[in-house]
Amino acid sequence: MLKKIFLGAVALGVIGALGFGVYAYKSPIDPISADQRDAFDPDVIEKGRILAAAGYCATCHTAADGPAYAGNYAMDTGFGTIYSTNLTPDMDSGIGSYSPAAFRRAMHEGVDREGRHLFPAFPYDHFTKMTDEDVDAIYAYIMTEVEPVKTVQKENELPFPLDQRFLQAGWKLLFADFGQYEPDPTHSAAWNRGAYLAEGLTHCGACHTPRNLLGAEKASQQYAGAEIDRWSAPALTAANASAVPWTAAEFKTYLIDGTTTYHGVAAGPMGPVVHEGVRELPQSDMDALAVYLADKVGATDDDPAQSKVVLASLQRNQPDPQYRRDLGERLYATACASCHYNAEQIRQGRPDLGINSATNLEQPNNLIHVMLDGVNGPEGIPGVVMPGFRGALNDDEITAIAAYLRSNRAGKPAWPNLADTVADIRVNGPTAH
Amino acid sequence: MIKFQINGRDVSVDADPDTPLLWAIRDEVGLTGTKFGCGIGMCGACTVHVGGRATRSCITTLSDVAGTSVTTIEGLDEQSNHPVQEAWRNLRVPQCGYCQSGQIMQAAALLQDIPDPTDDDIDAVMTGNLCRCMTYPRIRQAVREAATAMTGAQDNG
Repeated sequence: MLKKIFLGAVALGVIGALGFGVYAYKSPIDPISADQRDAFDPDVIEKGRILAAAGYCATCHTAADGPAYAGNYAMDTGFGTIYSTNLTPDMDSGIGSYSPAAFRRAMHEGVDREGRHLFPAFPYDHFTKMTDEDVDAIYAYIMTEVEPVKTVQKENELPFPLDQRFLQAGWKLLFADFGQYEPDPTHSAAWNRGAYLAEGLTHCGACHTPRNLLGAEKASQQYAGAEIDRWSAPALTAANASAVPWTAAEFKTYLIDGTTTYHGVAAGPMGPVVHEGVRELPQSDMDALAVYLADKVGATDDDPAQSKVVLASLQRNQPDPQYRRDLGERLYATACASCHYNAEQIRQGRPDLGINSATNLEQPNNLIHVMLDGVNGPEGIPGVVMPGFRGALNDDEITAIAAYLRSNRAGKPAWPNLADTVADIRVNGPTAH
Repeated sequence: MIKFQINGRDVSVDADPDTPLLWAIRDEVGLTGTKFGCGIGMCGACTVHVGGRATRSCITTLSDVAGTSVTTIEGLDEQSNHPVQEAWRNLRVPQCGYCQSGQIMQAAALLQDIPDPTDDDIDAVMTGNLCRCMTYPRIRQAVREAATAMTGAQDNG
């Protein structure tokens, strides 16, 4: 009996291993030479250029300061560093020997021409949703427009057993949902076009969906927000933290301009997404992406300009009027305080103007005289001078300072006719009686 | 002929009594460390000491200072080593430098009256000395450093 169970278990194990082997095995696809490639329609090539841009192929397949699409861009995956491969049509180090079928298999199944499983740093789990036609357009673009570059591929820095490519088949079995995009009949054509682009080509979820311990996007938490390159990719769901709710119009503007009035700028990893990427798509596709994202985030059509949050923030943004002080107080701070300010106690030679008789008298005349004409050497403290401000301050300014000293410093009722007295003393001078 | 002292030296200037002291210092006496800024006593670039007190020389007339003792940046310390000047050098306070002789003269006067100023004290007294290069944070730090140096010297002496 025990023997039977044991043998049964072994048999199951063998069958499972054989089954996995069959699943994991991918045959090589024959290489082709450059002259075996079809001639491509210029419209298809142009379409491929736009799609390659909107899928940011060059962003990950171009090393810093390296030639476009020549790979060796280092990606810190959290499991180790992976270096992207050379996508130029170079026959040896690039993908020049890929037939359209080999390129499709790579995009749809994450398998290279020689049958090796690609690491999911390459988002084939998104590109699998793309149509053959779109994948072929990108192929046409790369083969005709991208300059072939010969490179030496850098070795990935992954620990054993993560570096074993056949084990990637297990990851696919567990996490990848292969198959082209299937429209959802409960949504509009625009929504479905947006979903096709966002979930496939533009692979929004690669950054905006959190990943599990094995680096796979958590399907149940699509667009819930995640960390990418030590930046936060915000949630594209109702949990989005934007103070002002997104609208379809805001999404569209953001994806074209990289900024909107109500939602900051596309920076960090989002920078190339907009500026080297999706903005290349035709207007109808931008509308479709906006419709789809607006639905995912639960947007309304409310006018952000009338949002309570906007109005409240504008209100808080109003400067504190305290910093634009009363003219008299401000002038006092610049023209008078260098001498007339005291700290804990009054210092001889730094007259405190709150207790000075000039500010406490029933008439402002003495104060005005001193402000206009100063106190020269022989007067006041011998050898010390207060310059007159006759030529520096006009009547309004002298009046403002005097009024400030009277009410704020002396704490006395305002002098009546202060402005007239200032004008009179200025005209009639210090010697008038 | 108006007579006064400048940096300990007797001078007599033959000019209109309404001539600004700043003109006399720069053009008659020939000391150009004191600068012309706004000309209305609002920026502090022209600050000198008259009778030991910070004074805006652009609005102070020659007749006002008859018989007084004026100190300019050149006379603040014979070796240019007043603690305020040392702090200014240590912290590399100046940028373009134009306002700095006025700043230093104002700061030296401040520390005479308020030897251990708080930041609020510094702000209150130094507000009238404008700096277009926005060196204010370094000015404040240098005033604190000079205050420490000066009070420390007193304690040790």
